[in-house]
Amino acid sequence: MRVDIKGFAKPLIESLIAVVVGIVVGGIILAFSGYSPVKAYVALFDGAVGSKYGWAMTLSAATPIILTALTFGIGARTGLFNIGGEGTVYFGAIAAILLTNLWGNILMGLLGGIIAGIAWMAIPAFLKVLRGVNEVVSTIMLNWMAYFIALYIVLQKIPSPEDPNKTIAVPISARFPIIMKGSELSWAFAISVIAALITYYILWHTELGYELRVSGYNERAARYGGINPKKAVIWSFLLGGIMSGLAGATEVMGRPPSYAISQGMANIYGYGFDGIGVSLVGRNHPLGIIFSGIFFGMLKAGATAMQIEAGVPLEMVRMVQGVIVVAVAIPGLLDLLKRVVRR
Amino acid sequence: MIEAVISTLIGALTAMVPLVLTSVGAVVSERAGVVNIGYEGILLMSAFFGAIFAEITGSPWIGLLGGAFVGMLLGMLHGFITVYLKGDHVIPGIGVNLLALGVVAFGIPAYWGTAGQHQVPTNFRVVPIINTPYGSLSPMVLVTILIAILTHWVLFRTPLGLRIRSVGENPEAADALGINVERYRFLATVYGATLAGLGGAFMSVDWLGTVTKQLSAGRGFIALANMVFSGWNPLRALLGGFIFGFFDNLSVWVRTNPEVQRIIPWQFVATLPYLVTLIIVAGIIGKVRPPKADGKPYKRE
Repeated sequence: MRVDIKGFAKPLIESLIAVVVGIVVGGIILAFSGYSPVKAYVALFDGAVGSKYGWAMTLSAATPIILTALTFGIGARTGLFNIGGEGTVYFGAIAAILLTNLWGNILMGLLGGIIAGIAWMAIPAFLKVLRGVNEVVSTIMLNWMAYFIALYIVLQKIPSPEDPNKTIAVPISARFPIIMKGSELSWAFAISVIAALITYYILWHTELGYELRVSGYNERAARYGGINPKKAVIWSFLLGGIMSGLAGATEVMGRPPSYAISQGMANIYGYGFDGIGVSLVGRNHPLGIIFSGIFFGMLKAGATAMQIEAGVPLEMVRMVQGVIVVAVAIPGLLDLLKRVVRR
Repeated sequence: MIEAVISTLIGALTAMVPLVLTSVGAVVSERAGVVNIGYEGILLMSAFFGAIFAEITGSPWIGLLGGAFVGMLLGMLHGFITVYLKGDHVIPGIGVNLLALGVVAFGIPAYWGTAGQHQVPTNFRVVPIINTPYGSLSPMVLVTILIAILTHWVLFRTPLGLRIRSVGENPEAADALGINVERYRFLATVYGATLAGLGGAFMSVDWLGTVTKQLSAGRGFIALANMVFSGWNPLRALLGGFIFGFFDNLSVWVRTNPEVQRIIPWQFVATLPYLVTLIIVAGIIGKVRPPKADGKPYKRE
């Protein structure tokens, strides 16, 4: 296998620049809001990677967002902006809880996540194929519908009899074993990495993957080459649905301490949105997504430490993510920077 | 009966404001060829900053203008990336939406020191022009209707409108005629984002009177759906905004009404605006045509 170093290095450097821009702009906003950016970032990175425990928390935070990033990434490679990961996560989590309570093992939970993901993502897929509905509008509308429907199920249908603040839990027999005792890191992380590797294999080493990428690159050329773009759209959504469904399932099966969905769904909210940034920084490439997922996991894991040590609201991290994505969107970021430096 | 009609009408007219302003802005931007899916984030950030401007100056009107100003800045960012740097039209919008989630979620505790929600005091909110026992009508409703009519007139009845439409329909031809494609596209993008900014501030300093991190609640995207529904036509966007506003208002109203909640869970009614949007969009696709060069960066040969 020949690796194109030059073609590989440029997007990598551009992603790194975007990350630096995000961190710097975040720091400026912190300073304007009356916080010490240095103190905040030291606390953040120390909390995230300053210890073995920190690394464990970073990897566990990376677990769901690598999966939701794969949803966006597979879509982007097919020429689709699939923003529907967020809503799919909720149903993946609910399905995993329901199925593991019927059959208490990990496989059934994962299967629940996969089925729920496929079922929910089939809606935007068919709206796109049959009615030509723009997937950005449909997936956002479906995210909001998913939010309210899932909220209803969580509050009304599967509340825990002991604790009204959460749903019934995944039984012990269906929980992922913990890797590091006392941390939140479980073998669910392996599911994310395996999913990314399988996605890479499908996209670059199978005929289906070739068809997906060609129709993403140039729909007309695909049609000319005998590829049905509609088939590609459906497969892209279904594979994407599987990934986000798994994100929800692994979150309730592999994230201590609750193994359930909290009231208001706070513990499963936002992963779909995080995944978009992870995927874009990872250049929508499954292998890039693993690394950018770990980086964003670092931000999320460090955010709690930052809030405690430096008193900065942990939502600040999401702001940095937003700046990073805007920076990624600037084309030729590297060339632009070179021009500015030369002046 | 009559009071129900009046209160529904007023409610729909009020809920229509951010949707129509954003849709009309999006119509102009896309007529010039620039797609922007960041309106959701613009609505949210200008709601936040609009409330701050209103509370600092003590004037809701300055709050509204401040919101429009924030929208303008975000529009300039989007225009700079898409028009001048020839970047992708969708990704910067995703970035702005994510940024807004962060800025507002961070900003509420950082600025007001409250967790998750801030109530804008009544004396910093827009005073209604018409008060009835069944609801009151904001002057912003009239402003919105005027803006829609005026934009429609400029877009279809003036040379300026012709130029805006030409750079979105056939930028090569427009360029050959000596029209500065980049300038018109940039200004149209900024106009669109500014209107959305006004709509965002309306939510916090007028209609809902609160700032939360979920305040925009998908309205930026409903407005885009409404833009498609309108066939990229400001007057039809006004009509569509009223329909979408009706369902939006219905779901807000049900959430605060215990009588209805006993019959049907509020969560189901809350999905209505989104469901209706999906159905309408699925129903009208194929009957409308977007501007030809919509979303395509223009590079001079």
